[in-house]
Amino acid sequence: METEKSERHWSATRSLMFFMLFLWVVFSFGVHFFVRDLNTIQFLGFPLGFYMAAQGSLIVFVIMLFWFAWAQDSIDRKYDVAED
Amino acid sequence: MSTPTKEESSGDFVSNLGKIYGFYTGGFFGFVLILAVMEQIGVPNYIIGYAFVFLTLAVYAFIGIITRTQQVSEYYVAGRRVPAFYNGMATGADWMSAASFVGMAGSLFLLGYDGLAFVLGWTGGYVLVAIFVAPYLRKFGAYTVPDFLSERFGGNLARFLGVIVLVCCSFTYVTAQIYGTGLIASRFLGIDFTVAVYVGLIGILLCAMLGGMRAVTWTQVAQYIVLIVAYLTPIIILSSQKYGLPIPQLTYGQALQDIAAREQQMIAQGLATAAALKPHTTPFLNYDPLNYFGLIFCLMVGTASLPHILMRYFTTPSVREARVSVAWSLFFIFLLYFSAPAYAAFSKLEVYNTVIGRPIPEIRPWLFTYGQLGLIKICGADAINVDAVIAACGKIAGHPGVIRLQDFNINTDVIVLSTPEIAGMPYVIAGLVAAGGLAAALSTADGLLLAIANALSHDVYYKMLDKNAPTGRRLVVARVLLVGVAVLAAYTASTRPSDILAMVSWAFSLAAAGLFPALVMGIWWKRANSFGAVAGIIAGFGITLMYLVVTRYYPQFGVEFLGMTSNVNPVTRVPLLDLAKLAADPAVWNVSPVPAAHVMASKVGWYNINNISSGLFGVPIGFATIWIVSLLTPAPAQKISDLLDQVRRPRGETYLKETTA
Repeated sequence: METEKSERHWSATRSLMFFMLFLWVVFSFGVHFFVRDLNTIQFLGFPLGFYMAAQGSLIVFVIMLFWFAWAQDSIDRKYDVAED
Repeated sequence: MSTPTKEESSGDFVSNLGKIYGFYTGGFFGFVLILAVMEQIGVPNYIIGYAFVFLTLAVYAFIGIITRTQQVSEYYVAGRRVPAFYNGMATGADWMSAASFVGMAGSLFLLGYDGLAFVLGWTGGYVLVAIFVAPYLRKFGAYTVPDFLSERFGGNLARFLGVIVLVCCSFTYVTAQIYGTGLIASRFLGIDFTVAVYVGLIGILLCAMLGGMRAVTWTQVAQYIVLIVAYLTPIIILSSQKYGLPIPQLTYGQALQDIAAREQQMIAQGLATAAALKPHTTPFLNYDPLNYFGLIFCLMVGTASLPHILMRYFTTPSVREARVSVAWSLFFIFLLYFSAPAYAAFSKLEVYNTVIGRPIPEIRPWLFTYGQLGLIKICGADAINVDAVIAACGKIAGHPGVIRLQDFNINTDVIVLSTPEIAGMPYVIAGLVAAGGLAAALSTADGLLLAIANALSHDVYYKMLDKNAPTGRRLVVARVLLVGVAVLAAYTASTRPSDILAMVSWAFSLAAAGLFPALVMGIWWKRANSFGAVAGIIAGFGITLMYLVVTRYYPQFGVEFLGMTSNVNPVTRVPLLDLAKLAADPAVWNVSPVPAAHVMASKVGWYNINNISSGLFGVPIGFATIWIVSLLTPAPAQKISDLLDQVRRPRGETYLKETTA
């Protein structure tokens, strides 16, 4: 029982990790591969490709981390392994 | 959880943090206002400079002294009672060094889009910290990063390798911070650089020595507040002046458009050649895509491996707060990093509009302040005064008598420090910026020193040499080592070692290759064993160090024996060096090790990878080695599996028990 629960907890944790890792790859590298194309679009007065590297990806990282802290905590609570 | 403490009403301190730091921030604004008024009534500039440097140092020292401690867990991990929000601020100060504060906007000024590799690389790594490492190390209950390696990979060999990697990547880094304090203090106090280095040293020791992590934490929070106010104030003023909106992060889009228009204009007027001008927002003019993304990768993975950052997350009250704390850290770092490109854009526009195209006799005087320090060159000579510039430009055939883009050369460190002067702001703003730079350098130096000294005192002395050492002696040893390392770093900095300063960027690749694979595999793969980890650390760290040293110091050896070739120009793809011709010239080929100015230094490599991105080799090799060697050798014992089960489950005691008393 106990081990099965902790295995399910760990597999949920691992899925969340891979999801975060995927987003990290997209916003660290993926979008910036297309910087030349994105630079032809204007966004708030910035070329969009430049904007994504200077601000866009950073904003995404910050939001991702607050969301991650919340999501991991929900997983911990669901499988009853959260701290008291 | 953590041991309840009987110490000097520290419970009150933690519950009153909001009030204390709110009062402190208000006091700091009041202090700046008083100095501004004093400047208006005619108090000379050097007094204002002194007030900024000494009063902020005094405040940090005061915090350092009142938070002194005699408890081991307070000394090493601040009693694990630092709330996520404040730990985020402290991490922000810990992370943002003299290079971030003073140098990054300058790099963005010079490199344009390609410089954003630093902005991305030094922020995105926190995602890796949060998802792979920090919460698990917190639950493990380590005092240092090598602590975990030793317990997980059974023995002192893994611990000792961890200490070596830690010291290698932290020592050059801390030397650069002390160098930075010396530079800023000597510029604003008008004292000799060597004396200024030791003034900085005293400031650092007063913060860190008596209270260890606990004192460093609370001074770093105070230093964060000073540095962020100092960084944002000048560009908020500048943005309001130019675009009528005090949000520089939004208005610099307009500045970028103005820069682009001015770039075309300068070419049309013959003020810049198409070759010398690198349009600010055009990517891949300085780094080709492989090196750009490689640099981002190494900086990010390095972030997630640097021990002075990871150990900050040992101080939170819970695993949950460790995760939230990573998010706050990134938020506080983000505030500075998403403003740095605005700095770069505003000062670039200013330089393009008011320096380039101006007749030489009308050069604005602020240029000469920095020219005298050797930081601004015009026509290839230090811009000391108008006559020197006229003489230097007179030597260039057909010089039109106005400054052209290709005549102008500015050191990256000048951009942030000179912005208040360029924009004609009162001196108090320049003093504020100096105080901010000092706070950035001091806070990072504190964190790094503590990481080194703790590894030596906890890992080497206590865990490897004298397991029965009583608490009192452990703390004495910790403090003696801290002072020893600090003095050594200050002495090294006082010799102005150009090599060491250039090596700071190496720290990220070295930490990434040496520690990241072992930490991640150690937490996420139960089958990883000590043979794999030891081999992986040696292979990953070894290949990275080898690549750095060979390409920088022994490029001929790399070409002759390791199959390295010349790096290529990122735009034209033409090799930078004609190796056959260089090999025939003994004056070039027989120099070993080569100095930084040597034609081949850092210009050769494998697959055209710059040495700053050498982690691109070391990290995959580290992972692969751990994987292969672990599978070829026996699986780790059952207790390692139990350890990991406990580390992966937030509930319950830490794996390592707190040392009480």
